[in-house]
Amino acid sequence: MIMHRRKKSARIRRAATVAATAGTLIALPAQAFAMHISEGILPASWAVLWYAVAIPFVALGLRELQRRSEELLYFKPLVGLVGAAVFIISCMPIPVPTAGTCSHPCGTGLAAILIGPGLTVVVASIALTLQALFLAHGGLTTLGANIVSMGVAGAYVGYGAYWIIRRLGLPWVMAAFLAGLLSDWATYAMTSVSLAAALHGGGSFSAMFSLILIAFVPTQLPLGIFEGILCVGALKFVRSRKPELLRMAAGGAA
Amino acid sequence: MKKAALLLIFAGLFLSAPACPLGRAASWSGVDETVIEKFAEKAGRTAREPFINTDQGDLLLFVFLLAGMVGGFIGGYNFRVLFPPKRRTGEEKHV
Repeated sequence: MIMHRRKKSARIRRAATVAATAGTLIALPAQAFAMHISEGILPASWAVLWYAVAIPFVALGLRELQRRSEELLYFKPLVGLVGAAVFIISCMPIPVPTAGTCSHPCGTGLAAILIGPGLTVVVASIALTLQALFLAHGGLTTLGANIVSMGVAGAYVGYGAYWIIRRLGLPWVMAAFLAGLLSDWATYAMTSVSLAAALHGGGSFSAMFSLILIAFVPTQLPLGIFEGILCVGALKFVRSRKPELLRMAAGGAA
Repeated sequence: MKKAALLLIFAGLFLSAPACPLGRAASWSGVDETVIEKFAEKAGRTAREPFINTDQGDLLLFVFLLAGMVGGFIGGYNFRVLFPPKRRTGEEKHV
């Protein structure tokens, strides 16, 4: 009898959780807003330069994918899961009431902890290419710059933060939170660099960079905190359900 | 219970967002419009239409829905491979 009641209350709790999630999704605005650098914003010379920066990172990531998927049994499904998560997370416009604007988290900090920064660049590149081609989200001429900001900067800063904090012997919760937070902020800091470099003209680069960065703050400050919480929640789940995945995935760093 | 409370807080935040005073003043546009395109226009660069322009009427909604479905399927399939559902002890006894 007691077991039956427990099962019933668990079912009610699950239904409440599903209802709350559905409510959240319904309340989200229906119109899609792109948050990457749009098509045509960067001059051709800068577009080519950012492609040249991005391509070696993508090549390294692809080589790593081949090597690690031969060595590890569950690696391909893990990369598939993380890739789908990065694609969905980076398309998801989240309204920020404090700023009255929308922006998206990136998911690259979490991805870097799970599959390493090299492979995160690969999954971010695939996600950004699909978004640029079919979702009017970013652009093909700005793809290189978007890969460098979301893939390279987001992944390496997030992974670096996690690795350093764990090496210092601090709790994993702090490491995961800061990895999510800093990967988000690093992405938008890098976007500010690529915009300021291309658009400062005769003015000062640092002045333009500061102006763009400050303009991002009201939206990205709370969103970075949200991404940190998201990262902690996801890692908590993996640690409780399959901790060996963390040890295997990031080569022991996680 | 904690999880449900947390989800309700987030749902409340999103539901109340369009009603807040800032929300009325703002159009909930993305930071591409409010930051990136604003600075680009000042520097004399304007955003161009995408090469495959799906931003026409409800087409973009359809493409987003399709992308969500495909992404959700791939994510869900791999999730099940990595985290198979736990078998209940009662079921195991019957088998």
